[in-house]
Amino acid sequence: MAVLTMAKALNDGLRKAMEADPRVLVMGEDVGKLGGVFRITDGLQKDFGEQRVLDTPLSESGIIGTAVGLAIRGFRPVCEIQFDGFVFPGYDQIVSQLAKVHFRSQGKVPMPVVVRIPFGGGIGAVEHHSESPESLFAHVAGLKVVACSNPSDAYWMIQQAIATDDPVIFFEPKRRYWEKAEVDPDATPPPLLRSRVLREGTDVTVATYGPLVRTCLDASVAAAADGTSLEVIDLRALSPLDLAPVYDSVRRTGRLVVVSEAPSESSVTAEVAARVQQDCFHSLEAPVLRVTGFDTPYPPSKCEDDYLPDLDRVLDAVDRSKAW
Amino acid sequence: MSVSDRPQAWNPADPRSRPNREQVLAGLRGTDAGGPELVQLLTPEGERVSDPRFDAYADDVDVEALTSLYRDMVLVRRADREGNALQRQGQLGIWVPLLGQEAAQIGAGRALLPTDMVFPSYREHGVAWCRGIDPTDLLGIFRGTDHGSWDPLEKRFHLYTIVIGNQCLNATGYAMGQRFEGRVGNGDGAPEGSPDEATMCFFGDGATSQGDVHEGFVWAAAYDAPVVFYCQNNQWAISVPLSRQTRVPLHERARGYGFPGVRVDGNDVIACLAVSRWALEECRSGNGPVLIEAFTYRMDAHTTSDDPSRYRLADELELWKLKDPIERVRVNLVREHGVGQEFFDGVAAEADELAARLREFCLAMPEPAPDRMFSEVYAEPSPLVEAQREEFLAYHASFADEPLAGSGVGAEGEV
Repeated sequence: MAVLTMAKALNDGLRKAMEADPRVLVMGEDVGKLGGVFRITDGLQKDFGEQRVLDTPLSESGIIGTAVGLAIRGFRPVCEIQFDGFVFPGYDQIVSQLAKVHFRSQGKVPMPVVVRIPFGGGIGAVEHHSESPESLFAHVAGLKVVACSNPSDAYWMIQQAIATDDPVIFFEPKRRYWEKAEVDPDATPPPLLRSRVLREGTDVTVATYGPLVRTCLDASVAAAADGTSLEVIDLRALSPLDLAPVYDSVRRTGRLVVVSEAPSESSVTAEVAARVQQDCFHSLEAPVLRVTGFDTPYPPSKCEDDYLPDLDRVLDAVDRSKAW
Repeated sequence: MSVSDRPQAWNPADPRSRPNREQVLAGLRGTDAGGPELVQLLTPEGERVSDPRFDAYADDVDVEALTSLYRDMVLVRRADREGNALQRQGQLGIWVPLLGQEAAQIGAGRALLPTDMVFPSYREHGVAWCRGIDPTDLLGIFRGTDHGSWDPLEKRFHLYTIVIGNQCLNATGYAMGQRFEGRVGNGDGAPEGSPDEATMCFFGDGATSQGDVHEGFVWAAAYDAPVVFYCQNNQWAISVPLSRQTRVPLHERARGYGFPGVRVDGNDVIACLAVSRWALEECRSGNGPVLIEAFTYRMDAHTTSDDPSRYRLADELELWKLKDPIERVRVNLVREHGVGQEFFDGVAAEADELAARLREFCLAMPEPAPDRMFSEVYAEPSPLVEAQREEFLAYHASFADEPLAGSGVGAEGEV
């Protein structure tokens, strides 16, 4: 058992995956000597060599496009996209090739590629460094989309994603990289595509993922002090969603608040709301409410505290749900 | 004056060193002339000529080899014309003609070894032929029963890529893998028995404006990837002429990325074979990448949905008919090798048999199962997709009185 930052947990997870399978490659901008701008790949090139940890040209379509070719050849590339807002030059290759080669080839050519994307705001950055584009990937058939929220999940989920024979878009909440928690390398992790109840409660269900899991857990502590019991669920898998625990919870609480940094329209939170009203219609005591970023471009960082859902906005939605 | 004749070093202090507008336009205008740098080993008139740089790569092209190349080209042209006809008769949703590009494709295709890998665009029916993919295997794409039916790993011929230029990065990645696995630079230069491999990537002149093609060049150069970029410059990207894509002849672009570029007569099957062999050997021996510009002409429409009469003059086609890739081989076989009519009749009969087989196969193709679309979306099945499949099949079963065409699922409700 060790206490690790999420950054170190990801680094350890990558190292374990590379040790386990010589076909695993790490590739991206500055991932070698520098160890990545967030140091997630720190030391890997030194230990595994330049042929397994590639400092690539500065070219996101190139990163994904060559990873597709390497996967056809039998490698298992793990691509790092430096920041969320930089993934779009590679979006064509992700949607047109990475997501479709297995289907197009009628299963003859698997695409075991992981695309790691640090995502979300709250770090005071310039434009294009704080976005939450996960819904743009969750909407694409052929991709699996996950988001980790804590060091232990980060350690296990990155290894599970690399071991998956399908392309996985792996979102890492960059503002949580340096938060620490215990990681037990001898534990038996839950499957990759499972959501998890992190705190049990009886009054309102709160479903979230990535950077706002911490926020919602904090909100549940604050709510408890006011006598409100929140059940907090970390979705973890954004595509396909694992909503059975959410349904179970909502059937008990009758109320659901879905929380995400991403804009609300046509989003993961919208999908959760639609599915819950379909499957739990008779259990709902209030409409499913959402707490999200706004449907604006990500604002200048002096405005981001107002843009990002925080503890107070979550509790406000909880109050509105209870008052319905 | 062509653009390539311009002074290489422009002098900002001397306005005369800049090309004027007319000179620029003259260099860009659509042309049937490949320029002095064009590699040619068989003239449009059917005369075998020498190019000291590449003669050694076509030394073995004797009458037997040439008749074989002729047969390849006639058969793929016949299959192509049958595909076109099947579309016109409503049997295919669309067809993508290769007419005019037979030499460019057969020359390259016959230069490949079984161990090499190929990433095609969507017009490479001739290269597919050389990889042992039967023309019937192409029909599903155009009839709408599949997205490609061959095994790309077994045939070493990736599935057709329809998004323009995507495959250049995929090919480069594959070639990087060949290098990472040590499959480059082991042999003594002789391809037979060498463990070395190369990758060949096909794209058109229009694709050269895509970022993925440029990024492919950058990456292939950065990783010394054993990839031959084979650009069939057929002069037209649907309705848009080459002049809208480039100021310089396409093969010259390679220099900017740091690897060699060669312009070959794309209607000369011997030259295409020789230049491709050279380029593949360069790659296998570790001197990749290489760019080949096969200077050719799309003699038919972009696809069966296209109407070239809206954007180009018929006399351009007439000029290119004089450079027909098959006719020049026929003339050479007759004049220089005395090949008799019996051979040509035999190939024509074989071509007609192939066309008949293609037609028969097409008409008998089964419809895909109604739930085909739910299969192989993922290697590890998704509960969402499986749930949708179940729901869809239950919905279908609710029409139990109405049999589903060709599905095997229907009145008996075998779901």
